Amino acid sequence: MSNQHQWPAWEVFTQKTDGEAHEHAGNVHAPDAEMALLNARDVYGRRQEAVNIWVVPSSAITASTPDDVGPFFDPANDKMYRWPNYFKTPDGIKQI
Amino acid sequence: MNTNDALYTYCVRLADTAVILSQRFCEWCGHGPILEEDIAMSNMGLDLIGQARGFYAYAAALENKGRSEDDIAFHRNEREFTNRCMVEQPNYDFAYTMVRSFLHGAAAYLQYRELTKSGDETVSGLAAKSLKEMTYHVRHSSEWLIRLGDGTDESKVRVQNAVDDLWQFTDELFEMDEVDQMLIRNGIACDLTQLRQEWDQMVDEVFSKAGITKPAPGGFQSKGGMKGMHSEHLGHLLSEMQFLQRAYPDAKW
Repeated sequence: MSNQHQWPAWEVFTQKTDGEAHEHAGNVHAPDAEMALLNARDVYGRRQEAVNIWVVPSSAITASTPDDVGPFFDPANDKMYRWPNYFKTPDGIKQI
Repeated sequence: MNTNDALYTYCVRLADTAVILSQRFCEWCGHGPILEEDIAMSNMGLDLIGQARGFYAYAAALENKGRSEDDIAFHRNEREFTNRCMVEQPNYDFAYTMVRSFLHGAAAYLQYRELTKSGDETVSGLAAKSLKEMTYHVRHSSEWLIRLGDGTDESKVRVQNAVDDLWQFTDELFEMDEVDQMLIRNGIACDLTQLRQEWDQMVDEVFSKAGITKPAPGGFQSKGGMKGMHSEHLGHLLSEMQFLQRAYPDAKW
């Protein structure tokens, strides 16, 4: 099937319990937001996985590309001081 | 007929309508227009199986002759089935399935809403569970009716054809007999005739958004499902639905 016969894709985010962050669950095709919500409920929420669902047009998401891997993430490699466990905890501190 | 017999009959009617519609929904499994709808229709079919099981199990307990819910569902013939005739009609196309889901779903929604107030605890409990499911079925199908009615030239024709065809089975959704009357007197069942106006409002609202023309009153109305009078389609449906249990009685997964 060619793309022009496909409905737009929507990214689905589900919240497992009240207060938790929404997590990416997958995606669905749908002609509009309301139908995307219903489809998301049927595909990702039918086994009580969720108490709340977000749907977002996939086209609204800006993603980094594989080419970005080097400049985006590698510089963190040699900067151990960005991790909290790089620093010694003073003996007097019992809890952080 | 005592109250127990009437309640048995009442529960079997509700279960029969649910199980036959379930079979029609599940025929879409693997044939849905898109993956998401395929799953949605099977989901709704399974909701209805759950409703049917609840009411069959209660009927079997009321009857107290050692029959199980499966015995009632799979070992009765066409004339013993008491479902509404609308639900046994073939799917024909997706619009047809959605229109039926809406017309029947709205009536079932109203009936279950009233049955949550039933004086019989099992009936009110089963109704409360079913009500949530029917709320979703109505939402799902009405969204589709609006989109099909307001969609392409072809979808508009198909959805209107489905409405015109299925309209002859709408009066039957509100048909009652002495079983209902007895249970209404005992505070167990609800008066369906009092729900008709609200159903019409639900239908009018969705039809007007969808640009669907409501068939004029006074046309032919098919009735009799509750007495075992069915269209030719039910026998074919049952032969498929009951095959395994008939060929291999008591087969287990």
